[in-house]
This record gives sequence, C-alpha cells and structure tokens, in this order.
Amino acid sequence: MATLNSQINTQSAEFKAKAEAMQALVTDLQWQVSKVSNGGGEKYQAKHLARGKLLPRQRIEQLLDFGSPFLELSQLAAHGMYGMDIPSAGIICGVGLVQGRHCMVIANDATVKGGTYFPVTVKKHLRAQEVAQQNNLPCIYLVDSGGANLPQQDEVFPDKLHFGRIFFNQANMSAMGIPQIAVVMGSCTAGGAYVPAMADESIIVKEQGTIFLAGPPLVKAATGEEVSAEELGGADTHCRTSGVADHYADNDEHALLLARQCIANCPKPAGNSLPRKASLPPRFAAEEIYGIVGTDLRKPFDVRDVIARLVDDSQFDEFKALYGTTLVCGFAHLDGYPIGIVANNGVLFSESAQKGAHFIELCCQRNIPLLFLQNITGFMVGKKYESEGIAKHGAKMVTAVACAKVPKFTILIGGSYGAGNYGMCGRAYEPNFMWMWPNSRISVMGGEQAAGVLTQVKRDQLAARGETFSAADEAAMREPVLAQYEEQGHPYYASARLWDDGIIDPAQTREVLSMALETTLNKPEQETRFGVFRM
Amino acid sequence: MLKSVLIANRGEIACRVIRTARDMGMRTIAVYSDADANALHVKQADEAWHLGGAAAADSYLRADKILTIAKQAGAEAIHPGYGFLSENADFVSACQAEGIAFIGPDAPAIEQMGSKSAAKLIMQNAGIPLVPGYHGDNQDADFLQQQADDMGYPLLIKAVAGGGGKGMRVVEHSGEFKTQLAGAQREGKASFANPDVLLERYLVAPRHVEVQVFCDRHGNGVYLGDRDCSAQRRHQKVIEEAPAPGLSDALRQAMGESAVAAAKAIAYVGAGTVEFLLDRDGSYYFMEMNTRLQVEHPVTEMVTGQDLVAWQLKVASGQSLPLLQQQISLQGHACEARIYAEDPLQDFQPSTGSITYLRQPQASASVRVDTGVLEGDAISPFYDPMIAKLIVYAEDREQALAKLDRSLADYHLQGISTNIDFLRRLATNEDFAKANLHTGIIDQHQDTLLVPASVSDDVSLALTALALSPEQARAGLRLNQAATVQLPITLAEQDLDLTVHKGLCGSAFRLTCPAKAGPTETQTSLEFSGQRNGNQLTLNLNGETTYASFFKHNKTLTLFTAAGKVEVQLRTASVDDYNQGASGNDGDIIAPMNGCLIACMVDAGQQVAAGDALLVVEAMKMEHTIYAPSAGTVTEIYYQVGDLVAADAQLLHLEVEEA
Repeated sequence: MATLNSQINTQSAEFKAKAEAMQALVTDLQWQVSKVSNGGGEKYQAKHLARGKLLPRQRIEQLLDFGSPFLELSQLAAHGMYGMDIPSAGIICGVGLVQGRHCMVIANDATVKGGTYFPVTVKKHLRAQEVAQQNNLPCIYLVDSGGANLPQQDEVFPDKLHFGRIFFNQANMSAMGIPQIAVVMGSCTAGGAYVPAMADESIIVKEQGTIFLAGPPLVKAATGEEVSAEELGGADTHCRTSGVADHYADNDEHALLLARQCIANCPKPAGNSLPRKASLPPRFAAEEIYGIVGTDLRKPFDVRDVIARLVDDSQFDEFKALYGTTLVCGFAHLDGYPIGIVANNGVLFSESAQKGAHFIELCCQRNIPLLFLQNITGFMVGKKYESEGIAKHGAKMVTAVACAKVPKFTILIGGSYGAGNYGMCGRAYEPNFMWMWPNSRISVMGGEQAAGVLTQVKRDQLAARGETFSAADEAAMREPVLAQYEEQGHPYYASARLWDDGIIDPAQTREVLSMALETTLNKPEQETRFGVFRM
Repeated sequence: MLKSVLIANRGEIACRVIRTARDMGMRTIAVYSDADANALHVKQADEAWHLGGAAAADSYLRADKILTIAKQAGAEAIHPGYGFLSENADFVSACQAEGIAFIGPDAPAIEQMGSKSAAKLIMQNAGIPLVPGYHGDNQDADFLQQQADDMGYPLLIKAVAGGGGKGMRVVEHSGEFKTQLAGAQREGKASFANPDVLLERYLVAPRHVEVQVFCDRHGNGVYLGDRDCSAQRRHQKVIEEAPAPGLSDALRQAMGESAVAAAKAIAYVGAGTVEFLLDRDGSYYFMEMNTRLQVEHPVTEMVTGQDLVAWQLKVASGQSLPLLQQQISLQGHACEARIYAEDPLQDFQPSTGSITYLRQPQASASVRVDTGVLEGDAISPFYDPMIAKLIVYAEDREQALAKLDRSLADYHLQGISTNIDFLRRLATNEDFAKANLHTGIIDQHQDTLLVPASVSDDVSLALTALALSPEQARAGLRLNQAATVQLPITLAEQDLDLTVHKGLCGSAFRLTCPAKAGPTETQTSLEFSGQRNGNQLTLNLNGETTYASFFKHNKTLTLFTAAGKVEVQLRTASVDDYNQGASGNDGDIIAPMNGCLIACMVDAGQQVAAGDALLVVEAMKMEHTIYAPSAGTVTEIYYQVGDLVAADAQLLHLEVEEA
C-alpha cells in the first residue's frame, strides 16, 4: 500500500497556535464530560449509595468485562436544555463487552431527577435501541427510574417516537433474536414496568427493585388497599409469586453477575466476516491532528494529513487521486479492518460527487465499511455548475450514500453545511455512528452565508422600493443571525439534541472508530441495492 | 552389562535413573500409581506399568506387585531409588529369589544398617566413633524414660527403621518425653511398620557431614568425597553442598576412611552414605548409614565428574568400580537446593494443588534441575512434597552460592506455595555464606529467613497494574476521559481497590489505591511507566527499573521479581459466591489441608475445653493436630479414622458454649 508521507512542521507558529486552540476545546469538552459523569451530584449520589445501591457508572463497570472499552453515546445529551442540569439526560447508554460480546447498556441514573424520562431521555433511549438493532447488539437495561417526567408528559408520551416506542423496540428486537435483558435495580413504575416485563429475561434486586403498574400511593387512592412497595412489587413477589422477574439477586453486584450469566447463555450468532489483518499504529501521533485542523473553519488543511493519523501504518491507497480532487477517496485499514474513506478536501464539484458515488459503489460491492470525514461547505454553486448538472451528480452521491448497506461512520471534522451533509452521510442517512469534533459546526449553511443571504434579500427588497440599506442596519440584522448560527451550529447544541452520538476528542478518534467498527460487525453483511442513479 | 531395569520409584529420582539407564542403552521400565498415570517418569521410560492406588501402601510399597511386573516385563534389574522399598531387606531377598538384580547392597547389609541400634553396635565394634545413646531392644516406655533421664536432655528419639526425619523427635525436657515417644512410635509404625525407637544425645550445634562411599563385589571400596547437609529444618535437608567446607585434608581423609571401613564392616555393595555428626572440636560421630543413593548425590557428581547411577548399574552388572581411590579427585564446589511444595511462612505446611505454571532455569553444564514434575501436574498429599532439586556448580563456594541464588530466582512456579524465597534467603544468609554451619542454622536465623518476599508494595502494585491492564490499545477506553481499569485485588491479605489510568498513548500509567485500613495510612498514588511484552514486564517507578515476569491463572496473578515472588489475588466475584450462602459458622472444624484423618480423640456428645486435641490429620507424612478453638460440645464427626479428607472439608461440628 501507499504511505501517506505527511509533512507537517510541528514546530511552526501556525501549528502551535492551532494546536493550542484545539487543545482548549478538548479541555473544555473533557471538563463538561467529567461534570456529567458525576450524575446528579454528590448529595444525590451519597443518598443513592446509602441505600446500598451502586452508582450507574459503577454498575456499568461491574457489568462489563474486565478492561472492556465503553463506547458511550451522547454524553452531553440535554446539555443546556430545559433550563436546568439534566446530566447526560439522566440515562447512560453505550456499547461495551459482556462475556466478550458487544452489548448495548442502557442505565438509568436515579441520581438525576429520580431517573425520570425527559424528552431527550426518551430520544437517547430510543437511539441506543436503534444502535442495538442496527448492529445486532444484546440490550441490557439497568432500570432505576421513576418513569416519564410528568411535567413534560406531552413530549414524552403520545407520539410515535415517544415512550411507547421503547417497548415496541423491545418486542421487535426480541423477535429478531436480539437478547433483551432487564435488571431491576430500583423502581420500575407504570410504563417503566414494561421494561422488565417485556424483557426476554429479567433480574430483580431484593429490597431495591420494584415493579408495579401503580405504586402504593396510587393503589391506596384507587382502591384503598394499603400495601408496601416491597410487598406490591418486590423481588420476592415477582420471583416467587407473579413470575414477572426470573432471577433473584441479593444486591447490585449479584444482579450484574446474573446479567453477565444471561448473556453467556445466549450463543453468539455469526456476524460480519470482515477479514482482519494485524493492527499497526499510524506513523504519526494522533495529537498532531490538533495542530493540523485547528479551530478556524475558514483555514483549509489537507485531509490526508488527518487520514495519516487515523489509519494503520498511515497506509492509504487513493482512488482517482487526479480526478475530482476536492473529495479524497481511498482504501485503508483501521485497527486491522479494511475501511473505505470518503473525505472532503474542499467544496464538492460534479466530478467529486461522481467519484464519491463510484467509490461508495466499490465499497458496497466489496463489503468494506465506509468512513466519512465531513468538512464541507456544500456543493459548488453558479451557472456553470448548474448547467453541467451538479444537482444530478450530487443526487448520485446522495443515492449511493442513502442506499449503502455496509457499516457507515460519519465524523464531522469541520463544517457540515447544506446538501454536503447529505452527500457525506449526515444523520438522516443512518450512519451506524456519527460523531463531531469539538471544532466542528453544523447548520443548513454557514452563519456568514445565512446572514449574507438574508441581508441580500433585504437589500433587494429595499432597492425595489428605492431605499438604501445602511451599514448600521445591515450590521444590526447580521449580528443576531450570526449569533443564532453560532449557538445552534455548536457541537454542544447539536449533541444535546442527539443530532450525533457524541463529541469526541480528535486524538481518540482512532480508538473510537475501532471499537465502533467492531461493534457493527455483529450484524451479518447486508446486500446493497441502489436506487436509480440519474445519469 | 544389564540390558533392562525396572525403576521402583517415582518423581525426580525415577527420572534421574531413567536418564542414565537409557544413556547406557538399557531398556527402562517405569511403574506408577493411579496418581502418577501422567507423571514425567512414566513418559520418559520405555514402558510403564500400572501398580495400584495412589497411596504408597497400594503402589510403590507393593513389593509383590513390583516383582510380578518385573518378571512380566522381563526386567533384569530393579533400581529402588530412595525411600519406598530402597532399604527393605525382604524385598532385596525376594528379588534375589526371583533372579532379578537389586541395584543396591545385599539384604544383610540393609538389615544391619536398617536397625539403627544394631548398626551402632556394628560400628562400635568396627572402631567407628558413636554418639552416646540407647540403642537396645527394650522398648518399655518407663525404661526408655529412665535411659533418657540418665543420658540428659536435649535428646533425640528416632524410629529404628526411620529416615528422612520421619519418626524422629527432639525432646527438650523430661516432662514431654512420653508424648514425643508416642508420636515417634506412631509415625514409625505408620511409615515403616516398626514402632521401635532408639535414643541419642543431641549434640549442640554440630554439623551434618556425610561421606559418599561405593563398593563393588570384587572387594573394592572407595569414598567420593563428602557433603555438608547441615542446613536442615525438621531434620530434613534443605541445602546440601560438596565438598563440606572448611575441613582439613586430614579430617576429610579420616572421615572418608572411616566411612569405607563402616561399609566394609557390613560387606557393603553399591552406593551408600555414611552420615556423621561433626562437632565443633573436629571430632565426628557415626550417625547412620543410608544404604541407597541419596537425594543429594548430584553435588558429589558435580565435584567428582562421575555419574553415580552409572556406577550403580555397572556394579550391579558385576563390574569393578570405575575408579580407584587415588583416581578420584574433587574439583570446584557444588550446591543443591531442594524445592518443596510447602509454605515456610505457615510452619512449612505442605502445599497441595496443581502446578499451573512452571519455568525452570536454563540447564547447562553448571546448572542442573532434577525434577519429576511438569506444568499441569498435581502435587498430591500421597508422596513426599519435593518438586525439584536445583544443583549448581562453580569454581568456589562463594560463586556457587551466588549462582544458586540466581538460579532459584529463575525458578518460576505458580499453583502451590514453595520454599524458593526461603531457599534464596538461606543461600544469601551471612552466616551460611561464611560457612558457619550447624544443624540449627535455620532455627537460629528464622527471624530473617522466614519473612515474606521483600518486594515493596508500590512495586507490587505497579507490576500488578502492568500485568493485568488489558493490552489492546483501546482497553478500558472511556470517551473523553482517561482509559480506566478497575482492579480489585488482594495483596498480602489486604483487599485493595486499584484504579489504573492509562495514558491515551505511550506507556504512562497512573495508579490510585484508596487508603488502607488504619488511621496512619493514606491513599497510594503512583505514576510510572512500563511495558509488557508477552509475560515479561519492565517497570520504571521513581527512577528505578524493575524487571519481572508474571503468570495469571484464574484469579491468581504471580509476579516473579529478582526480589522474590508475589502472589496477587483478583477479587472478582462470581455467581457462585452468592449461591454458597452463609457458610463456615464458628463451630465448624475445617481440615487444614488435603490428607488422611489418622486419629480422633473425641466422640460425639463429648464436652471439650478450649485447646483440647480433637483430631489428627496426616498429610505428606506429617501429623497436624487440630485443637478445639473454644469450649463446647462435639455434636457430630463427619469422617472416620482412615478417611481421606479434602482441604477445607468440614470435619467436626462443635456446639460452642456461650461465654
């Protein structure tokens, strides 16, 4: 294979300035993540521990294999939403190894608003289930939740992708043979009772877990019957009498061991037989990406310098290197697995779009997973380009991306604007995983462009009436637009709303991709059937 | 020359004999018990025949069966090794009756030396110096007590048929004489089917020096130098060396000639050892003669350049001794360490179990490992717990001891406790190095010899983290956080919860361990770097580099460092921990090890006081008495005398009296 001889001067002032700027973003990201890792905070954690329960992250540690990676989803979900802190949206989701098998872990954090479901909590739970279903991952629900957040009931209960969808997914994944294991480690009330009830196997912790459709207060109000929570829906009731739960656990640790045992008893189906070579580290340090990419989206960089720091031994065989050069396509290996890379290196032209479509077809034909590195302002505009049919060429690429059934991974390493987002496998194109780097931005177009469009329209309107658009008026119009685009295009804003699966440190990208790639291989290879390509 | 030989033994000595016999072109025939079906000696021999049950009495002591096999297999000779039937005159006679050559002396010689009292009489008549004692036939306890009181204390009680420390007791004062007598008689009876004992003055701080003799059937007799075997514990040799250091040529010659005279006094044939006690003043006393090849024969082989098993086979074939006395010369110095399955820190209790990992030092012309075990073998309670002998050779004693220490450090074994670290402490002990030898040297230095490995906790923790942290680049991956691995371990009986943070790349680690119990202890926090390459570890901690290797089996991690071995247990729970429920209440008396219940002093319903002896479990031919931990009533005894019991088996229930 060909070696990417990345020639970066890490001593240059420019490199150092870019690296420093990126480092600041990464440091802030790590700080945000460390904050949400503490769940509802010391006070609620102490209360939780005093009840003899493990904290949700401790539960996950014990559930996973020793030394297992944990690919957490949407750590910053609900960040800055609802006018209060809902760390990680009160639910921790991610992929880890249990008995050597990739599993989706969905753990309520009862220290955050009692583990109740806010709208984004529901979205995150459903996204985790979607990942599980898309990648054939057993689901382990560590249930400790008060159910729907009642003040937000209109946004969590009635719609198609609301609370009820959780159980719809459980039933359908079970039907697909994807194990559904529930561990009841706290309350499971009302709708929540269906998580263990719908599970293939359920475990309940004595004197901690309860499952009932209505808790003691509601029972008393409804029928006058007085009953304790433990009697009504505790481990003894459900393991000995009702049969709602299958396994009786003495405590959290025991319950998690039983969950591991359940997984051990599910034979692992054959997955994707993607061949693997010996893994080799890249020839260049991952941290150097900071100084290559920087944080100023207007400053271009050669995406090959990034690829050289992601792929095995920095080996990259470029496809059509001399054609449609603003899109870099090529074959490489990542942690030993073959991967096809589609990366922006400038605006998309007709040639680049056709080249991208061709390359995606190749990968689908050969069952090679696809990695999209997005840094795209969009397709080229102008008379020349419209007349050569850039819309239909772009459509070819979008069709190819939409229909490709190989595992797809998308990382926003810079800007993600407009139709470029579609052609480069944005969220709507169901990549198996999608992440953002902390320097990236996402919006229908750039803030400058949006402000430019809006002020131009305004100027035209005024001109039609023979009026002029003063510089002060123009600035007054521009400012709020720029501010809105900056806020809404920011990765924290995007990640809070589950537009991605999380923000990742550029230096950790290779490890994250490797874990994600292996995760997707739990699903057997799928045959791709493309739609009509407009010629 | 003999064409075939049956080796009526097991373990390292069987392997040792097979090696030379095969080398001399002989067909080798092994025998084995149920417990040894896959043993190394079975694999090494040309053929192997099944003897019987695991217990020695059902297998290696079954003279009849061994003879039957020898005839069926067409063996021309039988090599008895040491122990078992090696000094059994009846067996020698039976071999002779069947026309099979017994590789050793004739029956009368064994008989004469087998009874220690008879042997002393013969030696007295032959003019060989003896330690004062009673060697008579009168075995009446009161009479013996009188003899003992007359002789003075301390004194030794020895089973007349005994050897290797079995059936031997030291009596410090008159009051404990009868208790010790009963014990010696019981062990003598159990091990040698003969309860008779002899009494002997116990010399203060003498050395154990023995002479290797060899005689043929043509009237030749030579000595092949001497050995010092003073380093003993419980009268078992621990480190032996040749030649015995610090002896004048005259004394060496005198002892050698006395030894040959002793052998000739009983018309001895083959390899034998005459053991002497060497007093401070240079006087020496005949102790006993071992009419067999000794465990420690390799040190003599190293310094003489001779193969003693080859000599045995030649003599048994009727040939003359290969060398005359004046042709025998000693070169350099050799040491042998006996590696035992035992725990020196637990009063040398035998250790049983499976050898889950075994790496031996590289053998060479100057490093020799005589062993009968392989990785995966079980050390059973049925036989002697010796695993291997490590023998080294060098120009002089100082270098030999240094080489012994280094080679012991390279002997890596997991699965059972061993005395390796103890042997290393002894080999490097100052008095031992200066050859201030006497049979009490181990007791004298037990405070420095019987201590745990001197690996610092910080080094142990860092090595544990290096060894256990998964190797993959993304092991312990956490998004936007340092990769973290939780390690709940037990080190030196302390439960520790380690958190290991691995840098994103490179070899930097940070380890934290919450405060241990106790008010003065603070949280441990270590920063170090290191590498793991296979099972080899390189640790850089506080500017110091430590090399180590490790092996992990189930929940046990064993670290092998230059400073000794460290065992770490991973405290990962399993579902079984819960299913077992609450067990082991205070009244349950548990077997301390695998063994045989040989005595029960109480009956169900009996009241006992705290400290009363309840049961005796025998393992590895050592008796372990179990005492009542508190006063109470015995409600049930779950085993009968003669039953084999597993370690931790509940033996007896004691209804504890409320205080």
